[in-house]
Amino acid sequence: MSTVVAEKPGSLQGARLPKWFPYALAGGSVALGIGISFAAGLDSNIQWGLIAAILFIVGTYVIATRVEGKRQAKDRIATSLVWVAFLLAVVPLVSLVWTTVARGVKVLDVYFLTHSMGVVADTETGGGIYHAIIGSLEQVGLATLMGAPIGVLTAIYLVEYGRGKLAKAVTFFVDVMTGIPSIVAGLFILSIMLQFDMEPFGFAGSLALAILMMPVVVRSTEEMLKLVPNELREASLALGIPKWRTILKVVLPTAIGGITTGIMLAVARIAGETAPVLLLVFGNPFINNDPFEGAQASLPLYIYQQYGGGVETSYDRAWAASLTLIAFVMILNLGARGIARWKAPKTGR
Amino acid sequence: MAKRIDVSGLSAYYGSFRAIEDISMTVEPRSVTAFIGPSGCGKSTFLRTLNRMHEVTPGGRVDGKVMLDDENLYGAGVDPVAVRREVGMVFQRPNPFPTMSVYDNVAAGLRLNGSYKKSELSDVVEKSLKGANLWNEVKDRLNKPGSGLSGGQQQRLCIARAIAVEPNVLLMDEPCSALDPISTLAIEDLIGELKERFTIVIVTHNMQQAARVSDRTAFFNLAAVGQPGKLIEIDDTERIFSNPSVQATEDYISGRFG
Amino acid sequence: MDITTKNPDTTPPAAPEPPTAEQKRAARGATRPGDRIFLGLSRGSGILLLAVMAAIAIFLTYRAVLAISEDEGNFLTTFEWNTNLNPPSFGIAVLAFGTIVSSIVAMVIAVPVAVAIALFLTHYAPRRLSGPISYVIDLLAAVPSIVYGLWGALILVPNMNGLFGWLNDYLGWTGIFSWEEGAPRSMLTVGILLAIMILPVITNVSREVFRQTPRMNEEAALALGATRWEVVRIAVLPFGRSGVISASMLGLGRALGETMAVATVLSPSFLIQASLLDPGGGTFAQNIAAKFGEANEFGRDALIASGLVLFVITLLVNGAARAIIARRAEYSGANA
Repeated sequence: MSTVVAEKPGSLQGARLPKWFPYALAGGSVALGIGISFAAGLDSNIQWGLIAAILFIVGTYVIATRVEGKRQAKDRIATSLVWVAFLLAVVPLVSLVWTTVARGVKVLDVYFLTHSMGVVADTETGGGIYHAIIGSLEQVGLATLMGAPIGVLTAIYLVEYGRGKLAKAVTFFVDVMTGIPSIVAGLFILSIMLQFDMEPFGFAGSLALAILMMPVVVRSTEEMLKLVPNELREASLALGIPKWRTILKVVLPTAIGGITTGIMLAVARIAGETAPVLLLVFGNPFINNDPFEGAQASLPLYIYQQYGGGVETSYDRAWAASLTLIAFVMILNLGARGIARWKAPKTGR
Repeated sequence: MAKRIDVSGLSAYYGSFRAIEDISMTVEPRSVTAFIGPSGCGKSTFLRTLNRMHEVTPGGRVDGKVMLDDENLYGAGVDPVAVRREVGMVFQRPNPFPTMSVYDNVAAGLRLNGSYKKSELSDVVEKSLKGANLWNEVKDRLNKPGSGLSGGQQQRLCIARAIAVEPNVLLMDEPCSALDPISTLAIEDLIGELKERFTIVIVTHNMQQAARVSDRTAFFNLAAVGQPGKLIEIDDTERIFSNPSVQATEDYISGRFG
Repeated sequence: MDITTKNPDTTPPAAPEPPTAEQKRAARGATRPGDRIFLGLSRGSGILLLAVMAAIAIFLTYRAVLAISEDEGNFLTTFEWNTNLNPPSFGIAVLAFGTIVSSIVAMVIAVPVAVAIALFLTHYAPRRLSGPISYVIDLLAAVPSIVYGLWGALILVPNMNGLFGWLNDYLGWTGIFSWEEGAPRSMLTVGILLAIMILPVITNVSREVFRQTPRMNEEAALALGATRWEVVRIAVLPFGRSGVISASMLGLGRALGETMAVATVLSPSFLIQASLLDPGGGTFAQNIAAKFGEANEFGRDALIASGLVLFVITLLVNGAARAIIARRAEYSGANA
């Protein structure tokens, strides 16, 4: 009986390759690929890898077509390609994180965090990022002080008041602003500075960063405000509470977790921006605490300039500063996600 | 074409929760069998075990045997993909592929199964749409999106799509619950015609519908929420609705449920 | 919305008697001082945003015109960037070419891989893996571009020699992959680095789109006897197509405007060449970063002019992405 069933086309009992088949074939392909490379005297890693990959795919297709049929063979190929794409993408990303950490810890210590590059040449060891941290904190802080309130207020306007042409225009241009390359934001402030004959200073960078921050904050705040159920607003208005107090006391507190998250993510984004800072703040190896007067340093700019130093000692400092910057950005990200999780408005979603 | 289904000792799980317990029944070929019962009694879950769609749900797992004529759907080495070709399914809400035309929707199943000539394909599509009583309504817009049809037409399109691959069994999971009365009537008429060719199993919440379309009716129930659903009885539809052998069935049918 | 069903606690005051006059006034908005101030503030912010956009356009255009009117060469076709000469001669031809080529390379690599990873996360990966990996990809999208640039210049570039030699040996005859053994600081390396940078962005958006594929469409495909790949092909990909396109456009927008990663990796020159492997060429953003330090006021205006062109290009790309998203929203609404 069962033999008849197995042979009848359209039977349920399709022949299946065993579970270990892909692994065995992968192993075989790699071995054969290396073997062929040796035999042919090829020495590049890419070559045996490519040969192995081609062997694996062709092998899967041929064997699976014979045993399981064409459709299953295609399914298997798709599965392996999807896995390969994933593994392929993991390599550079792991490498990036690994190098930054491994090379960053070499010089990253308290001394590095508390000293500037004031009298240190690129080729010398020593020096640190204190001045860059001060610069970054001041520039990003000032940018946040400008960008966050304007962004939140704009979002409130769009969600709570916005109807008509003005709101439509604002929505459209927020979208446009989201796509501005950071260097263009820098050029804009630069063109103003050229117009009024100004020298580079920290606050100019803050202005460009604020421009980059605003649309991000508007978008995320808008999303959060839209999540606040209308019933809450109506209930408050129905109590005779004026609209502005309703927004301030009911709507904003409900959405505050999400809004904070959005702002923190936006801060994380602008903290890593280099291009506008390069044009507007210029960089400065000495400590300058005044963002409104004279060139300043900043972390991303410091990395770029240390890379430009072109020697091992300056590369080491660049990696250490990268590690510091990534740590800062990641802490902001993780913190933002944490807040999002704990303070998420409890609207059935 | 139509095959007999023989279920024995079947239980289905969602993770560690047992949704239905120890069900055994026979579904006759070329007939309509209706599943009725309160919400959550596991009748849809049971239906989905009959073409191995239950295991698509995360955590879904099945114990027991489902014989389609003489093959066990849950036997070793059985390919669920092959099972679903033999046992077609129509869902609660019409679900034509939104990016495909009427024609492509019906042809979708056939195209999966390889090389058809263009003329062959057109023949099958026409035959299936006629079989689903939809041909006259859509023959002039075969290349328009399937999602542009009315709800009832969409559901008949889904039926056409299911019967185009010539399955042995057709499962219907509350096929009319999202439709208006007129569309419902059209589908019910269609079921009456389709049972000449297919074994049909239909889950329904509407007892009049079960009485109208089915030859046999199975009543499912559960002891309490959180308990697994069970098959209470299965019998000729006439008997179930006039003189059921179990008190619970009579209570449910007469509205004295609880 | 019916208040009574969802918020039973708050209904009593909403019932007949409460001060309806006040309620109306509150609903109408700016009649009390508080309301007026608050509306003014929030509307003012919106207007400020519009003003900033207008200022960007005006200032960039004004300074650009100052520069271009002095340009001795043709701004669009000149193959050099000499702003310190008298008379100055500069043009964007090389920059436009390099920007487009590097972005195309990035897209060709990143889009298929990103789509495959998104499918991996939504339809192939074991459930337990999928969550953490999505999280990691989210975080990678947040890595600053200067760090990618540093990594690209110090790690990726030295590792490209093998690939370049291999491409030159076997595909050198095409011209596109010929290589004269210079350091691999070329458009191909830039494209690969850009691909790595925009991969998380495209993956994230595509993943969200694929995740929204209606469950019932996937089940319909399964019930017809589709394999997993066939479910993806007939239900998931057609549904997600416009989403993937707009995700790619967003990625493209990023690649076009990326400054630091290109500036650190590319070894620039002002010429157009067929080979992707030989160092040379430049992009708008890279050129601005590289030339800024030595530029006098006029040179800066010239750079602003090139930035304006970049601005317009990214606007067009982003506009196209938005249009596609908007069309998709209408389309899926019709099917809801």
